[in-house]
Amino acid sequence: MDSKNEELVIEIRNLSKYFNELKAVDNLNINVFRGDVFGFLGPNGAGKSTTIRMLLTLIKPTKGSIKIFGKDLFRDRLSILKNVGAIVEKPDFYGYLSAYKNLEILGKISGHEISNKRIMEVLELVGLSDRYKSKVKTFSHGMKQRLGIAQALLHDPDLIILDEPTTGLDPMGMKEIRELIIHLSRDQKKTVFLSSHILNEVEQVANRMIIINKGTAKVEGNVKDLLDATNLSVTVEVSDVLKAGSLISESGWSEKLKGISGNRMEFNIGNQETAQLNKFFVENGVDVYSIVPTRSLEEYFLRITQEAI
Amino acid sequence: MLTLVGIELFKVFRKWRTYIGFIAIGVLVPIIHIAMVYEGKNTIDFMTRNIQQSFVFVGNLLNTYLISYIVLTSLTVHIPFLITLVAGDLLAGEATAGTYRLMLTRPVTREKFVTAKFIAGVIYTNLLILWLALMSLAVGYFIFGVGELLIIRGDMVIIFEQKDVLWRFLGAYGYASLGMTVVASLAYLFSSLVENAIGPIVSTMAVIIVFVIISAINVELLQSIRPYLFTNYISSWQLFFDNPLDVEEILKSIGILILHIVLFFGATLIIFKRKDILT
Repeated sequence: MDSKNEELVIEIRNLSKYFNELKAVDNLNINVFRGDVFGFLGPNGAGKSTTIRMLLTLIKPTKGSIKIFGKDLFRDRLSILKNVGAIVEKPDFYGYLSAYKNLEILGKISGHEISNKRIMEVLELVGLSDRYKSKVKTFSHGMKQRLGIAQALLHDPDLIILDEPTTGLDPMGMKEIRELIIHLSRDQKKTVFLSSHILNEVEQVANRMIIINKGTAKVEGNVKDLLDATNLSVTVEVSDVLKAGSLISESGWSEKLKGISGNRMEFNIGNQETAQLNKFFVENGVDVYSIVPTRSLEEYFLRITQEAI
Repeated sequence: MLTLVGIELFKVFRKWRTYIGFIAIGVLVPIIHIAMVYEGKNTIDFMTRNIQQSFVFVGNLLNTYLISYIVLTSLTVHIPFLITLVAGDLLAGEATAGTYRLMLTRPVTREKFVTAKFIAGVIYTNLLILWLALMSLAVGYFIFGVGELLIIRGDMVIIFEQKDVLWRFLGAYGYASLGMTVVASLAYLFSSLVENAIGPIVSTMAVIIVFVIISAINVELLQSIRPYLFTNYISSWQLFFDNPLDVEEILKSIGILILHIVLFFGATLIIFKRKDILT
């Protein structure tokens, strides 16, 4: 899934947001092209939600600029927001109103004519049509999350900004949301800006991504390239690490050895080489207890996530 | 804008807390009426104790006008509390519920959002005063009927003819609505600053109580700042029961109340326009 064309939908330049001494977002640059499913990845507290709030004009940047659909966000806010649908953090609604009424209110101020039929359509899409009369305060977190997606899609926007949309959903619900995102991008040609702290989630739906931590961009690019299997790192657990070490040092594998910890040996190798290495150990009398592949990006992401904790 | 005001009114009147004020007045006013059925004569005797030896009172002095007048005196502290329950929640309630994110990510300007909410708050305030007027005058009319209005102003006893009273009440209730709109504006201003409705309610009431106390203490220094306290003008609905009517003073008080509304609402607009939505 490469960028469909070069038309920029979101253009963020040198964006910063400081809360007193805290640099929540620091000099961030992002390009999102039309048709992208853009993964916005980072651990909790990395600055994802602050960035999204700035994209939706809920927060004013300390410095930098944001262009959406080629227009300055803060100058052409109203015309831009007519074409943007979003979920920001947890899904909150007017609990004392029904799901239908919540959507009806939001439809009235969406800048578009939203028919009753359209409201029922989006409720159907997220599996809430049978609960349309129920007050939102009776909904589970997962149901509110679905309603959040419904309100984001209500006015059929070109750009959909989803902040952790699968939080609180069960595995089936998460799968459905992933499929919905793919459907929106592939079949309806929507641009999706997807924030998540789960690499695996982004990997499954996004074509491009950025990883941020402590408000700054760390890695950016094409998901396929970044997660390429050739960048695989493999940890092999062996029965006799001394013997294994000796065998490795006498062979060509020593160049691929990254390190030894306990009875685990880490190698920088791809999928095919993993099978060969396994065969090499077994044929030389070293039992292999486990082989755990770890992609460098995943490892890196895990590390910064743990740092954030 | 009309759509937004309609939405805000819909939200206000779908909340349970909105009806607390109406229920409180709906219960309190009849209780006052019932109490006056039993104690009304004593009340009038007490009011006229200093002049009973000089004058003979005839006619129906215990009537709906007298009781409505007594009820109106509760405006200074009790009714403001009922106003702040809703006005203090208008913005802070959205912050608490996290629904700013829903509304402000739509193509709606913050100015329109704040103005629509304010208009909804003003409509609620005026409906509450209208309800107070209806309850006071209508319930009293059925129990006591109408008659002359007797009021005590300092050492003076003023008696208004029956036909000279109703328009004064209309003026007083209109003025009271304006006074309560000042209270609503202040609660609304506080509501824009915090993320919990309790804060604006408590803060507004604290300001009112402190101002009322300062006004009541008869010390020269405190009396000198009295003209600058808006609470001083909230109770000026009584000017409609002066004889002759001091039109200039009424207009001045109305002007000061409107100025307060403009100031409080203007400050709310400026604060909210600059506010980062973090909830």
